[in-house]
Amino acid sequence: MSLWEYANPVRFIRFTDRVLPPLAVLAVVCLVVGLIWGFFFTPDDYRQGSTVKIIYLHVPATLMAINAWLMMLVASIIWIVRRHHVSALAARAAAPVGATMTVIALATGAIWGQPMWGTWWAWDPRLTSFLILFLFYLGYMALWEAIENDDTAADLTSILCLVGSVFALLSRYAVNFWNQGLHQGASLSLDKEENVADVFYFPLLVCIAGFVLLFVALVFLRTQTEIRARRTRALIARERAA
Amino acid sequence: MIALLLRDLRLAVRAGGGFGLGLAFFLIVVVLVPLGVGPETALLSRIAPGILWIGALLACLLSLDRIFALDREDGTLDLLATAPLPMEGIAAVKALAHWITTGLPLVLAAPVLGVLLNLPAGGFAWLFLSLLLGTPALSVIGTFGAALTVGLKRGGLLLSLLVLPLYVPTLIFGAEVARRGAEGLAVEAPLLLLAGVSLGALALLPFASAAVLRVTLR
Repeated sequence: MSLWEYANPVRFIRFTDRVLPPLAVLAVVCLVVGLIWGFFFTPDDYRQGSTVKIIYLHVPATLMAINAWLMMLVASIIWIVRRHHVSALAARAAAPVGATMTVIALATGAIWGQPMWGTWWAWDPRLTSFLILFLFYLGYMALWEAIENDDTAADLTSILCLVGSVFALLSRYAVNFWNQGLHQGASLSLDKEENVADVFYFPLLVCIAGFVLLFVALVFLRTQTEIRARRTRALIARERAA
Repeated sequence: MIALLLRDLRLAVRAGGGFGLGLAFFLIVVVLVPLGVGPETALLSRIAPGILWIGALLACLLSLDRIFALDREDGTLDLLATAPLPMEGIAAVKALAHWITTGLPLVLAAPVLGVLLNLPAGGFAWLFLSLLLGTPALSVIGTFGAALTVGLKRGGLLLSLLVLPLYVPTLIFGAEVARRGAEGLAVEAPLLLLAGVSLGALALLPFASAAVLRVTLR
């Protein structure tokens, strides 16, 4: 048994069919518990008041927006190297989810920034690089849509994803150079003793788990849909030919 | 390779090749901006480096879809692909031809247009240098975008959506060099970074463009 077994579309669909319902339920439970816990059962911050609670949407969405691109990058490399169709389709399936996460992150950030910074938008390095990331998502999805041949589209978008990753990273650090930041440093990192006060930390972890599960479930579902759509197209083409 | 370069240059310079269109576009952008933001010289001289960089970038973008589209239509690209020249070489030469016909004229014209925008006297040399270093990167990145969209019927708009995000680092460093130069600050750091971006793009992107072209011609 290895991971590559699931490169077979039939196996992939059989596996995800089994996993999807518990995954979806778990995601919903995590999100509901995390958000309700976070919104109603944590104290207000002494400086930020209740606005601090947007962290439960903002941080997980931001995390997933970046990791979705990372997942697309890995899937693209797998497609280029081993040419498993499921991998290419998974990258395609992840893009709109990642783009939505980017929008959520930007929107919640703006809603929080209005009372806290006194402005909806600032040309801060983090905000700017996120906007640029969103543009990369748009370009990637548009290229998928534009090309008719599936394999050509998979090849070209994978290469775009590789090149785009390099440039997105470059832009991330280039904007640091260009303007000073208003945004605070990273709230979470693995090498710190305490990231956020524990009262806020645990519901945040539950929310992050919920977002991760939601992302995985959505990508599985969308990949299944892509596989089935492609199969349908193949069947129709065969009917026509016969 | 040299034969291909000369051919591309000749095609661009002759009637209908679109040589000079980019330059005219650059001029128009520079004329339109003061009409839009008002004629105060203090404001104009402050934003001049950015305007000139954005103008050059858009002018570059304008001529990108010509890099491969015509060759693809009349089958030249297929012939080139079967020629002994490696695909990477073709992509590099195409980018070089685009730079000579579009980038270089922009670099040479930028100081003249800087006068129109009341660019501070100290900024001319740095503007020139930053464009000289940055426009090759714009051409190479653009060639990659053009290769991605060459097989599409309406690739023009998609091309700009794909290429403009890739232009971000070059634009940031390039405009920063020009701005700091105009204000008399130290330009060393952004200048080195701009050169780094440019050289990195020159070294690596022809390979990506070639991979894309091989897929498109498959």
